[in-house]
Amino acid sequence: MPHRTFFWFFFPSGLAMLLFIGLPIISSFFQSLHIEPEQILMEVEKCDPFGCKTETKVDIEATTKLQEEQPLGRFNGLGTYGDRNHLAFDEIKEAWTNSSSIAEFTDILLNLPFYKALLFTLTFCFTVTPPVVVLGFIVALSVNTITKSLKGPTIFGVILPMIVTPLIGSLVLFWMIDAKGILGSFIQFLFDDPNLSLKSSSQLTWITLIIYGIWHNTPFAFVVFYAALQTVPQDPIEAAIIDGASRYERVRHIVIPHLYPVATFIILICLMDNFRVLEPIIGFAAEGVAQSLSWMIYNDLRSENKMLFGSAGATSMLTIIGVAILLTPVLIRTWREFRTER
Amino acid sequence: MESKINRYSKQLILINSFFILAWLIVSVFPFIWTFWGSFKVKADFFSRADWMFAVTGVNTLIETGDTSTVKAYVESWTEGEFWKATMNTIIITVSVVTISLFLGTLGAYALSRSTYKYTFWILIAALIFRAMPHITLVSGYLFPFFQLNVWGILPTTIIVLVAINQPFTLWLLYSFFKTVPKELDESALIDGCSYFQAFRFVIMPVMWPGVVTAGLFSMMLAYNDFTVTSLLLNQQNYTMVPKINAYLGTIEHSGNYMWAVSSVVSATAPLFMIIMFFQRQLISGLTAGAVKG
Repeated sequence: MPHRTFFWFFFPSGLAMLLFIGLPIISSFFQSLHIEPEQILMEVEKCDPFGCKTETKVDIEATTKLQEEQPLGRFNGLGTYGDRNHLAFDEIKEAWTNSSSIAEFTDILLNLPFYKALLFTLTFCFTVTPPVVVLGFIVALSVNTITKSLKGPTIFGVILPMIVTPLIGSLVLFWMIDAKGILGSFIQFLFDDPNLSLKSSSQLTWITLIIYGIWHNTPFAFVVFYAALQTVPQDPIEAAIIDGASRYERVRHIVIPHLYPVATFIILICLMDNFRVLEPIIGFAAEGVAQSLSWMIYNDLRSENKMLFGSAGATSMLTIIGVAILLTPVLIRTWREFRTER
Repeated sequence: MESKINRYSKQLILINSFFILAWLIVSVFPFIWTFWGSFKVKADFFSRADWMFAVTGVNTLIETGDTSTVKAYVESWTEGEFWKATMNTIIITVSVVTISLFLGTLGAYALSRSTYKYTFWILIAALIFRAMPHITLVSGYLFPFFQLNVWGILPTTIIVLVAINQPFTLWLLYSFFKTVPKELDESALIDGCSYFQAFRFVIMPVMWPGVVTAGLFSMMLAYNDFTVTSLLLNQQNYTMVPKINAYLGTIEHSGNYMWAVSSVVSATAPLFMIIMFFQRQLISGLTAGAVKG
């Protein structure tokens, strides 16, 4: 296809991606270099019959004027990246010199907002993914063996958690595990503790979120494994049966090796998708104890009168770096596939 | 595919059926429970006394005179203005699907037929774009949109969702067009068609299976989106998902928790119906490319 024709075919799609995916990343970066203008304070003398007092007040007029002149705020360089809410260099340095043990240092470190969010995001990513892969595989194996007529409805039922948006999915579960909901009361009954609530402690909330993550992501792993199972060659399996291999041995030595590439694909996609976890935190109302990087950005942008563009931009950039690290293996894989294709 | 010597033993079938049944309950029961509970009052759905109340509807009987009620639905749709959110969702979903398929088919066709090296780099770039968390993009949109005064309205959100959706649509349709034999449109070109004519008269009639799959994913993205719609739309223009979140959050509606429950049912029911029809396309799409929507 000549360059010119290609250009016209691709132009609309390319333009849309450039304008609304490429540019925002640059715009985010640009924002992160700026910081909101400080409010201009003025001293007002207030007099009443008992004497005069000076009060500091926000000079609204001057502040608005400044905001109009510099809507993005003043230039701050990389300052936002190093402040307390992001990488917090000063605080870390201080903690490093002041704390007596590694444990104390990590404790201080993990109470800084950015590192706290990073810890949750990574914990979520890496605890959800392995069970998802294992469960997805087992479910795929077992759906594969049931009667053909039942397969359709079963698959439909299994993929439901994946279809609904994470916010709705987490709400549905949240209502059930509420202390007054069915699962909540069941758990109370099970542990014989009428005051037990999954919302009460941070560990329990984290576990709930992780269970939700597994529930939501397993269908995806299932679907991909299920499709891959259809491509497992039958001859080696039959040969193995003749040689007297048990079912377990056949799965272990023929099916699983065949599915390795698929499994790495699922792991990578799962890690990448869970790295942006946001909606479950909102759905489970877990903002207090579990913050993710995405949630930090959302929180900066949520308030309508004072959005922290600089802070959100900086967190976005740091998140993108995280995604880039996770994405590298995917890119290498795609590159290899392309090379072999040509 | 099952060969005769590969029979399953009775125990295995039993264990297997049991496992599948258990797993089905885990994935489906929450939705059935919510559906059933949406016809009860709050005192039943969140019952301090006994969870069985949510099944039997004791308080619902006391409060409304019947064991089930559609009060929450009626109120959320009228007073809660859920009808408006539904309208917005329909407008956004239909527009996003149409526009992204239009752009996507043209772009992906070109990518699949060009033999130059840059197509590879474009696809890699699309893969990187696909991996960007939506919230980081939104943080880049807000400031310029405020300055340009286009924040809060539906068209902006539609364009943004189309753009966010493009990388995945491109990859999906690219791998689909790769399976359409090249000879088909090449013969049309030899016969004197232009590339566009070849696309219009030769490719378009055979591309529908791929388009349905890509459309399904575009639909799910637009219908399910929370991050973009909740931050780029103003309260009056909210779509269903941010609207449900708004029911939960604001003090104004705090008494009407059941609005959220019934709206969750209203929002998921149509989606489930569509998926039931197009399940096969959905699964083929998930397994086709190297990416997921």
